[in-house]
Amino acid sequence: MAKQVTIDAKGVHYTPLNQQIRKAIEDGADEIVVDNVLGQRFIGDGLRGNATIRVNGVAGGDLAMFMSGPTVIVSGNAEHAPGNTMDSGKVVIHGSAGDAVAHSMRGGKVFVRGDIGYRGGIHMKQYETQRPILVVGGSAQTFLGEYMAGGLLLVLGLDGVMKAREIGSGIHGGEIVIRGDVDEACLAAGAKKLPLTDEDRARIAPVIREFAADFGLDPEPLVNADYTRIVPASARPFAGKYTWE
Amino acid sequence: MSSNLGSMPLRYRVTIDREQCMECERCIENCSYGVFRRDGDRILINSRKCTACHRCLAYCPRDAIMLEEQPCDYRSHPVWTRAVRESIYNQARTGKIILAGMGSVANLPIIFDHLMLDACQVTTPPTDPLREPVELRTYLGKKPSKLEFRQKPNGDVELSTELTPNLMLETPIMLGHMSYGAISLNAHVAMARAARETGTYMGTGEGGLHPGLYPYQDRMIVQVASGRFGVNVDYLERGAAIELKLGQGAKPGIGGHLTGEKVSADVSRTRMIPQGSDAISPAPHHDIYGIEDLPQLVNSVKEATERKKPVFAKIAAVNNNAENVAAVARSGVDAIAIDGFRGGTGAAPRVFRDHVGIPIEVAISTADQELRNQGLRNEVSLIACGSIRESTDVVKAIALGADAVYIGTAALAAMGCRVCGNCYQGLCPWGIATQRQDLVDRLNPDVASKQIANLIHAWTLEITELMGAAGINSIESLRGNRDRLRGYMLDEGLLDILDVKSVGA
Repeated sequence: MAKQVTIDAKGVHYTPLNQQIRKAIEDGADEIVVDNVLGQRFIGDGLRGNATIRVNGVAGGDLAMFMSGPTVIVSGNAEHAPGNTMDSGKVVIHGSAGDAVAHSMRGGKVFVRGDIGYRGGIHMKQYETQRPILVVGGSAQTFLGEYMAGGLLLVLGLDGVMKAREIGSGIHGGEIVIRGDVDEACLAAGAKKLPLTDEDRARIAPVIREFAADFGLDPEPLVNADYTRIVPASARPFAGKYTWE
Repeated sequence: MSSNLGSMPLRYRVTIDREQCMECERCIENCSYGVFRRDGDRILINSRKCTACHRCLAYCPRDAIMLEEQPCDYRSHPVWTRAVRESIYNQARTGKIILAGMGSVANLPIIFDHLMLDACQVTTPPTDPLREPVELRTYLGKKPSKLEFRQKPNGDVELSTELTPNLMLETPIMLGHMSYGAISLNAHVAMARAARETGTYMGTGEGGLHPGLYPYQDRMIVQVASGRFGVNVDYLERGAAIELKLGQGAKPGIGGHLTGEKVSADVSRTRMIPQGSDAISPAPHHDIYGIEDLPQLVNSVKEATERKKPVFAKIAAVNNNAENVAAVARSGVDAIAIDGFRGGTGAAPRVFRDHVGIPIEVAISTADQELRNQGLRNEVSLIACGSIRESTDVVKAIALGADAVYIGTAALAAMGCRVCGNCYQGLCPWGIATQRQDLVDRLNPDVASKQIANLIHAWTLEITELMGAAGINSIESLRGNRDRLRGYMLDEGLLDILDVKSVGA
């Protein structure tokens, strides 16, 4: 039988809070419910294993940073950089999130139902079977997918038109898929626009369905919608910039 | 469209004394740049390809090879030097940024060489290290501002102040961060073994930690740079300490990148990126866009490792160094490495390497003074790096306020490096700055580690003697002890900034 532990985070500093969560996992908890979270940072930071952590409230910065395995579900918003340098596991945020979401993420999934701030998916990278996925339900701000080196960044634009500019500056790996058309002027140096092929659509459909299931949405209109795919113009953006002494 | 600039004159001329040469072809075997080739009954030379790595000279059994620098002169001109003219020809031909290897070649005065160390004579006798202990053991990390004790029921007294983790070094010399990718695995293994043998630590650089170094992980400081290559929780947990690389002395203010050609299968595995893709480290960490974000990164690393390891930050020495250091000290890090403008590199834009930054002597002294002024000196240790060339540089750096030093180029030289500055070509004939397996195999890690350990041991002995002569018997008494230094031929302004008196004063 699954073991559930509840922790009250009210007024607790992040270090003892994280120690309590870590201890609960060490003691064999499968599900940890953390109530009254009000901006405590680093929840799930460096955690391993398969536990599910339910964060009731607003998570602070660097949620699930360096995390390797667990699932973190946030009922409210999250501050900046959830999924920072994350290895594997899943972060589900029912509200919105701040800047640098999924920064340097190298595996696992970050799903945000609402909007994200600037520099979303910055420097996401992949290696062999580790392919990070960031899905944004709402819109994203400027510098989306900057320096992206791998993985999938999907923006569904459920709540209106996305106004991000400078998309994919310095991108040299991975792909950014945005629902609807993206004005060419919004792409940064190093990024180019491609239409979504049937193969691409088949590849992203399971991700959309998983996202829709997590948030109780009807997946079919999203699966069948029009998308713009943005990829690197070159895997070697700096290759032509230097000469030897 | 071919260039009408013609070819550049030779930088070096290689000649063979045909009377001495026995045509054994060791020069051909050893030169990875292709200077030598056999043509019929002669060994021919293409001096144009020479980098002055000296591998051929070192392995010629008959001392038959000679190498001269700059055999061809341009019209002499004090302003339009050879270097200036050749940079223009290079850029007129290519339209690109010039990349250069190793430390700066700018002909600027070296402050260390204008600082004289003090010694005792009759009014205060020197300490004799042969019969009196001179303590070089160094602890890096936060020190409490005061100690509190409590009495146990049985009457014993015990420490109640909670101490934060420190690194213990048997000598104040550490091996600095050079990444796997920039240098070979054999070079890394050699340094790791030397670090273990001498009771010190080495830095991984920003290229991740190769499994071949796992046996030495208790001696490794793992680095987290803006590219986050090879960084996961396993990597953080393996290191004895974690260093956040915020800047580098050879190229302050910019990031770095390892070109796709160098991302071999093994480098790709260690960095956790696809083979052949560029490994780009952007200029800033993208989760640090202001000083208020730095404590966030420091604490995230500390939380991930349950606050069991010291966290260092490395910054480049720049003009507002004192403010930077004070800000970094307040971020919660345990030590700050300051990298001077002569710091080495595998590759940096030449304009940065030779023109950006400030000398380590000034940076370390102003950092130490500022931290003392702000009452923060016990909060962080200071590590000086970027052109530490000999034991006297170590003593002078500590007297100016450092706790310890990192050495980079000096450790490479101990393995055979001739500082030819062509690391970016990836053809290092000494097996150091290369990933080509036949070249890597030339470096025997057992022999190289012994040579590095010998160097550290020799410097440690010299430091002990220098301290004894100055009547100092512990590294704590040397740290920031500017009274043991005197400036010789340094201007008043610089002496004031260094807080060092002139010779004779």
